[in-house]
Amino acid sequence: MLQRFRIDYAKTQPLRYVSSLDLQKVWERYLRRAGLPLAYSHGFSPQPRLQQAHPLPLGYLGAHELVDVWLESAAELLSAEVQKRLLITPQPGIEINHVESIPLEAPSLAKQVVAADYTVWLLDPADPSDLTERIARLLNTPSLTRERRGKTYDLRPLIESLALLTDHPGNLLALQMRLAAREGASGRPEEVIAALGLDPFAVRILRTRLLIEPSS
Amino acid sequence: MDIRVTHPQEIETWLERNLMRVQKPGRYVGGELNQVVKDWSSIPIKVALVFPDIYEIGVPNLALTILYEAINQRPDALAERAYLPWTDMEDLMRAAGIPIYGLETKHPLGQFDIIGITLPYETLYTNVLNLLDLAGIPLLSAERRADHPLIIAGGHATFNPEPMAPFIDAFVIGEGEEVIHELLDTYKAWKFRSGNREDLLLSLLGIPGVYIPRFYVPHYHADGTLQSIQPTTETAPAIVHKRIVGRLPAPPTRPIVPAIDVVHNRIAIEIMRGCTRGCRFCHAGMVTRPVRERSVEEILNSIRQALQNTGYEEVALLSLSSSDYSQITHLVERVSQEATQQHLVVSLPSLRIETVSVELMDRLKGKRQSRSFTLAPEAATDRMRAVINKPIETHQLLETARAIYQHGWTKIKLYFMIGHPTETLDDVRAIAEVSRQVLAEGRRMVGHRASLHLGVSTFVPKPHTPFQWLPCDTPELIQIKQRALLEALRGSGIKINWTDPQETLLEAWLSRGDRRMAEVIYYAWKLGAKFDAWHDYFDYEKWMIAFQMANLDPAFYTHRQRDLEEIFPWDHINPGVRKAYLKQEYLNSLQGILRPDCRQQCYACGILPTYKELRRRYPGQHWKCPEVTVHART
Repeated sequence: MLQRFRIDYAKTQPLRYVSSLDLQKVWERYLRRAGLPLAYSHGFSPQPRLQQAHPLPLGYLGAHELVDVWLESAAELLSAEVQKRLLITPQPGIEINHVESIPLEAPSLAKQVVAADYTVWLLDPADPSDLTERIARLLNTPSLTRERRGKTYDLRPLIESLALLTDHPGNLLALQMRLAAREGASGRPEEVIAALGLDPFAVRILRTRLLIEPSS
Repeated sequence: MDIRVTHPQEIETWLERNLMRVQKPGRYVGGELNQVVKDWSSIPIKVALVFPDIYEIGVPNLALTILYEAINQRPDALAERAYLPWTDMEDLMRAAGIPIYGLETKHPLGQFDIIGITLPYETLYTNVLNLLDLAGIPLLSAERRADHPLIIAGGHATFNPEPMAPFIDAFVIGEGEEVIHELLDTYKAWKFRSGNREDLLLSLLGIPGVYIPRFYVPHYHADGTLQSIQPTTETAPAIVHKRIVGRLPAPPTRPIVPAIDVVHNRIAIEIMRGCTRGCRFCHAGMVTRPVRERSVEEILNSIRQALQNTGYEEVALLSLSSSDYSQITHLVERVSQEATQQHLVVSLPSLRIETVSVELMDRLKGKRQSRSFTLAPEAATDRMRAVINKPIETHQLLETARAIYQHGWTKIKLYFMIGHPTETLDDVRAIAEVSRQVLAEGRRMVGHRASLHLGVSTFVPKPHTPFQWLPCDTPELIQIKQRALLEALRGSGIKINWTDPQETLLEAWLSRGDRRMAEVIYYAWKLGAKFDAWHDYFDYEKWMIAFQMANLDPAFYTHRQRDLEEIFPWDHINPGVRKAYLKQEYLNSLQGILRPDCRQQCYACGILPTYKELRRRYPGQHWKCPEVTVHART
């Protein structure tokens, strides 16, 4: 029987520099090792039915990423069983938080995600008060025209919140931000970092969670 | 280069700040499934295994996969991996003084005991120099001290080690599975007695199959040909015999599973080693003898284990000539049963041109199928086929093509070579003629969906083959032949790829060079040559200048017909096949005499007498040499 599961997982250091396309393969192999029978699409070259919520860009870490998998097995699988099998054959870079069974007809993850929260650590030293000022100035700007892949767009409306993390442990300064993550209207943390006048490459970005709009 | 960072933690910190500035940062971090990380401080012998090209090319290499597993299974040794950084990363590393490091623990390569480099082909040579430089290790073996890593190289290209002789401390000729342990044991004993470098190299001379160029000196005739290569110490063997294993050990079943895409992302299981067909151009066919097979059960068990350990969706059954595996039908039947159940793609390269091959592939199709079917006729006229000893009749090729299109494949790839000995323009044009006939079969079967691709490479006479006496075509002649072929294909709709004549020349002089060629390689690298195997990166002009700087003539290596009695720079390296046999085969080729499969009849290539004791220790059907009475030669 065909079943659909939603897996909440952390993407950690070993898979940090893996693109979402390559991550698709990593998941496919992970499920095979775990003996979980992935369902395949029909047609000339059948593809495994596996859907990532909102692709995590290369170089980012994720604390609560979501993937939907369709499994086809003779007997019904319980989500606890799926979770157990995944834990037996671990995949470096994936830590399972939670597995839940969801209805086959539930809307696709990609359509439900509306925003994402990020923590961004600055790997270069920075002055906290100067940074606070820059943030305030950026938030007061009505529009922030930026260019990405040859297209100009306005970054400002994609920033829902942005603040310096004050009580953060460790010796790196960190920012907390919530950015829009709708299809066709997604904010990227390193663009915010660049807009703040900082080196967009010298950062560690963790997506802490995806915000899902309750299906209407 | 000047190394300014040596602590793994500092390298990690630098990586995090810089990886997003380069293409494909996943190449530089390690951490893949099945990576083995051992405790650096408590393991006495540390080995870095290097494929001298980028990660995507290097990871699938089977030789290093075997050695990685073998070394890491020893409690007293660890193996890590390193690949060459692409140029964007190299620039950043050089600017910051970051050394090339082992992926597992990020220790600089200079801190390992041994660096083992695989050289399956010659166009990697400048990358080896770049690697040593990026590790801060002196390029010349003679300039290294006791605290520098021991630099070892092996692989098919090292059957002529001379062009790389000054840069490598020790070459290991032949198969590595057994000799690696002897090397590590010898190294460990030396390390514990704290000897000097000379002492280490002298003790390595005691291992059969190890060639240490420092203990040999070449003498040349006035015309530049070799007079002799003399050992300079009593314990250096005059002839170094390649190592082979008497029985193939179990294949590695826990390979690294890269998280980024690489050239071959799949399980590779060697079903047999060696080839009995005796194609006269084929280097691999001469240097990997004798044929030894694995049993069907062993192969199936290995596939099952490897699938469990990797989750891969593709398995490749490797050998030089799959059709010649004695149990091929049975194997394919068993594998295909598993394949259909598991959405597994099974590839079986190097099939003979016969309809049986199509039936085999058809069984393996499973639920997913590759769209193209590859065959390698190599030559298009009967005369040419007799010269190279690969007798495939055109009607056989056409029948096979018909079967391929009939079974649902729409694309065929054919590999041909131009530049074969005694080849004429008519032989070249015949490639177009045969190809048109093949495509016509497809058009009859599946109409306009049928397509045909030709891969036309240029022949390079390789050391240790019957053609080692022959010159290589000049670039002018190669171009004339390529143009004639293109002309003859015009309007056919057949796609064609070929090798740039200048790249062919590079391969020719590197593979046939003597020890003086090392200077050319050094100057070329100094001028910036690297990634010579990459079409967009190869720079012919740099090499021409390097030849001038070394005061050598490339034509001496590439376009010269050798005298039958000439001493070659690789004659002191013995692959088990006798030079007299190669000479006889060369003369046979000139008369168009065919030598069919040597499993049926022994042509005394030399393997059996060379390895008769090994054969005695490993009797049984897995060796495919026919039983012959071997008389010890006096």
